[in-house]
Amino acid sequence: MRALAGDAARRLRSNPGAVCALAAILCMVALALIGPWFSPNGSDALDWSHVASSPALQSAHWFGTDRLGRDLYARTLEGARVSMAIGLVASAVSLVFGIGYGAIAGYVGGRTDQLMMRIIEILSGLPLIFFVIFLTVIFGRSEYLLFLSVGAVGWLTMARIVRGQALSIRRREFIEAAIASGAGTARIIARHVIPNVIGPVIVYATLTVPQIIMFESFLSFLGLGIQEPHASLGTLIAEGAGEMEAAPWILLVPGGFLALLLLSLNLFGDGLRDAFDVKEG
Amino acid sequence: MVPALRIEDLRVEFTQRGARIPAVRDVSMDVAHGECVGIVGESGSGKTQVFMAAMGLNAGQAAVGGRVRFGVADILGAGPSELNRVRGSKLTMIFQDPMTSLTPHLKIGVQLAEVLVCHAGKSWSEARAAARRMLERVRVPEAARRLTQYPHELSGGLRQRVMIGMSLMCEPTLVIADEPTTALDVTVQAQIIDLLRSLRAEAGMALVLISHDLAVVAGLADRILVMYAGRIVESGGAGALFRHALHPYTAELLKCIPSIFGPQLARLPTLTGQPPRPGEAFVGCAFAPRCPRAAPRCWTERPLLQDVSAAGAERHTAARRVACHFPLST
Repeated sequence: MRALAGDAARRLRSNPGAVCALAAILCMVALALIGPWFSPNGSDALDWSHVASSPALQSAHWFGTDRLGRDLYARTLEGARVSMAIGLVASAVSLVFGIGYGAIAGYVGGRTDQLMMRIIEILSGLPLIFFVIFLTVIFGRSEYLLFLSVGAVGWLTMARIVRGQALSIRRREFIEAAIASGAGTARIIARHVIPNVIGPVIVYATLTVPQIIMFESFLSFLGLGIQEPHASLGTLIAEGAGEMEAAPWILLVPGGFLALLLLSLNLFGDGLRDAFDVKEG
Repeated sequence: MVPALRIEDLRVEFTQRGARIPAVRDVSMDVAHGECVGIVGESGSGKTQVFMAAMGLNAGQAAVGGRVRFGVADILGAGPSELNRVRGSKLTMIFQDPMTSLTPHLKIGVQLAEVLVCHAGKSWSEARAAARRMLERVRVPEAARRLTQYPHELSGGLRQRVMIGMSLMCEPTLVIADEPTTALDVTVQAQIIDLLRSLRAEAGMALVLISHDLAVVAGLADRILVMYAGRIVESGGAGALFRHALHPYTAELLKCIPSIFGPQLARLPTLTGQPPRPGEAFVGCAFAPRCPRAAPRCWTERPLLQDVSAAGAERHTAARRVACHFPLST
């Protein structure tokens, strides 16, 4: 495993796209975390002397302001921070839940597997947007609800992937040897199945983060996600879309940031997949 | 004295597309404490299935009938937690392919020590020390360094030594070795056989050696059982069985062993024909279609496994049995 990870790291380093993507991701994360300290403006401070002013480096508003005079640089970074946090947390939730569910279904197999997979199919058959709107109507808008609904999407695919891997591992000789050595089902799943599926799972998880960011932005764009005065990239883009003709930068700044972030995450995930995608020696 | 393992009327059947496919038919045998029993047969003769059943490993997919007693414990009737207490501690198995039988992401030392931690309740540090001593016992060079290595860093022969060591961690009463040398080079094969022989002399456990290779079994087994199409067709002490086979199948198998002392042959003799296909029904002797001595009776009446009275001068230590209407003369 250690050697495998080492080989993968070497292959990853020789992939310029993935390296650039990783650098870009790190830059964006760093910018989102420490960038606000370099800005003289708060993310929800209104500057009535600069309403919808265009980006200019000599003014205090480097990326311009929106129609309420709020600094777009500060707001974009706050939105990015929120979007990234949701992406990470929801991916982590879907990772834990999906791995557990998928490993049990795949390893135990038989009727248990059939039942668990039918449940997944029913859940993934639900029209998600409708479901989210429904939840919002019942419980009101809240960020926790957003985490919940976004997390509910992510783990379904993850569970499917882990189940497929577990299914291919359960008939391997080392599992049989573990059974013959008197290891119980729970021990085998925790110690022999899950660690051996972790490679493809990590790769998929890096591709889940952009999906979830995208989905969150989409929900926020529809007005179902983060509420004003807080911002996520999705709400900023929704706001910018309304001013597209008069003040295009209000759309282009957060939109560009989101596009760059998603592109980098996807490129990095692809690079990681290629790096791990080797036949076992 | 209670034998280490007693198998009575064991039947193993698989169901495939509604058809019942018997893999093991009414096999009975005892393995005494400290004894080495060799099980010989072609692929599909059911030799592995007998011992999978004896370890309670095939319960899910196969219908298993009969009785299997490990000491006084009833294996076929035992629940999973009872089975897990016995398996890996007192009743262990060495698998055919050491390349794939070790979990790839755990270090050798952890895999060995875990057996003791789980079964004997030892602490990790105690178990690690025991793992190191075990690696020395199975003659793995640089034992201390191997503990921290991963399975893929070891050669096939070393990995099989690790597997053997793992099977011995809890001082088992019976070790089942399923084709332990088949996946290895011929030279390594001989080393592993030597190792098994000396470990048996040291530890005194009973050993079941399953192989399709008579030569592997010959050097190690006290007693040999020959299986064909899910049944035992001949059994006896290793020496006697090699000197003169009673069943024509055993005789044909023995002919297939190349000898460096015999006349040079243009072609290695092989058995003609195929073993019966799984699920194929036959009334008489399963070997009749390939048997040079087959007579009409062989096609209609199945020969039973019967004691052969040692009429000759030779006294056999192990009971000699054969399932044949027209056994070769003793």
